[in-house]
Amino acid sequence: MTPFEYLRAEDPAEAVAAVAGRPGAAFLGGGTNLVDHMKLGVAGPDLLVDVSRLPLDRVEETADGLRIGAAVRNSDLAAHPLVRERYPVLARALLSGASGQLRNVATTAGNLLQRTRCPYFQDVTTPCNKRVPGSGCSAIGGYTRYHAILGASEHCVATHPSDMAVAMVALDAVVVVLGPGGARTLPLAELYRLPGDAPERDTVLEHGDLITAVELPHLPFARRSAYRKVRDRASFSFALVSVAAALDLDGGRVRDVRLALGGVAHRPWRAARAEEELRGGPATEDAFRRAAEAELIAARPLPGNAFKVAMTRNAVVATLRALAEEGR
Amino acid sequence: MDARITLRVDGRVRPVALDTRTTLLDALRDHLSVTSPKKGCDHGQCGACTVLLDGRRVVSCLILAVACDGAEVTTAQGLAEEGEPHPVQRAFLEEDAFQCGFCTPGQVCSAVGMLEEVKAGHPSDATDDLTGPVTLDDEEIRERLSGNLCRCGAYVNIVAALREEAES
Repeated sequence: MTPFEYLRAEDPAEAVAAVAGRPGAAFLGGGTNLVDHMKLGVAGPDLLVDVSRLPLDRVEETADGLRIGAAVRNSDLAAHPLVRERYPVLARALLSGASGQLRNVATTAGNLLQRTRCPYFQDVTTPCNKRVPGSGCSAIGGYTRYHAILGASEHCVATHPSDMAVAMVALDAVVVVLGPGGARTLPLAELYRLPGDAPERDTVLEHGDLITAVELPHLPFARRSAYRKVRDRASFSFALVSVAAALDLDGGRVRDVRLALGGVAHRPWRAARAEEELRGGPATEDAFRRAAEAELIAARPLPGNAFKVAMTRNAVVATLRALAEEGR
Repeated sequence: MDARITLRVDGRVRPVALDTRTTLLDALRDHLSVTSPKKGCDHGQCGACTVLLDGRRVVSCLILAVACDGAEVTTAQGLAEEGEPHPVQRAFLEEDAFQCGFCTPGQVCSAVGMLEEVKAGHPSDATDDLTGPVTLDDEEIRERLSGNLCRCGAYVNIVAALREEAES
């Protein structure tokens, strides 16, 4: 690790000022991703501003839904009674991620802002455009089992590894950001970037921007929601493919639906095309398959992950079918 | 960059000066000679370094010691009371839940933390009903302890030890 100074922030404004005023500074939440990357030589901040003890650790009911503080630990969020009852897809996504020890430390904002990555990004001996812009992409032509099939570029095919974020994107979550210029909100789906020709940037945040909360709008039909994760081992493993879905049925028809995919792109992937295909149509396996296929028309698999196209389609169908059966 | 912090480790107050780059694991092992947490992968993947930090199980290799100033740390060594093994440690002995023993202190701390989570009603990925009570069956135990690897493969007996502990 390169040497760094450490500052425990007393309030969010102080934290923002401390990071904004120093190009090499970084926020420290639970550190489960950042400290690992510092050890690997992937990250080398010269100042860590610890925001994990800021008073942002509450889950509150608001007039519009639920407000989740940025420092709420993943395990506490998954166990929160309102999350389990109203947003089971979020509780399920959280519980499917990492291990018990990591969930006890990882924060809500830290989970969102863990790096979009691939094994080459974490191996400093290999070229990687995300780590060293312009150095090349080792994955293209290399190992691509865990890589993107949607929205990738010739410069980067890495995937965002969060489960929680996939559920939150499906739920139309909004992030509250405090920056040097004040507070603002933006839809979580717009926080993340596709790699394009600047894969070094995972999100649209500027240096010094601090996520202080995530807001989940009311979505009564999310009580019938699910998260399905397909992975290489049964637990403590990243998704090859994952599906977050909420389904609102009107008899045998789809009144409304929320669908997002994980493990397939540089960002959690809102399956807007599939949703459009599903709304107002029959809640049948055929319709679910057609919707998934509509979303996957844009898929451009790599030699090592062509299986993900069929796997994504099947996972979408299985998730929606289970939700439809639950509703009968 | 040096920092001065104070930890409470296994019931003892331990002031220590260290480089900010020091992890909690290295602070315990190399600065405070508390060697029951083990360094396995050093990247949060194996669980050998698991300790209880303010009562919650964590991997000490991914936490900076400087961020723990004022915290209470309990290691496997500190679980024993008045020379008597903790009930989870006793269950590991009775069920022969280890072979080489390297992962055991982490397994034990993880299990103690896990049992507290179950007591608090926290669901896991293996829980069928998110809002119902948790029954700690074998599938639950395996899921909840997936952050602890045992390269000797003593899993069968670890599960047996915790099944016994869950029933008592």
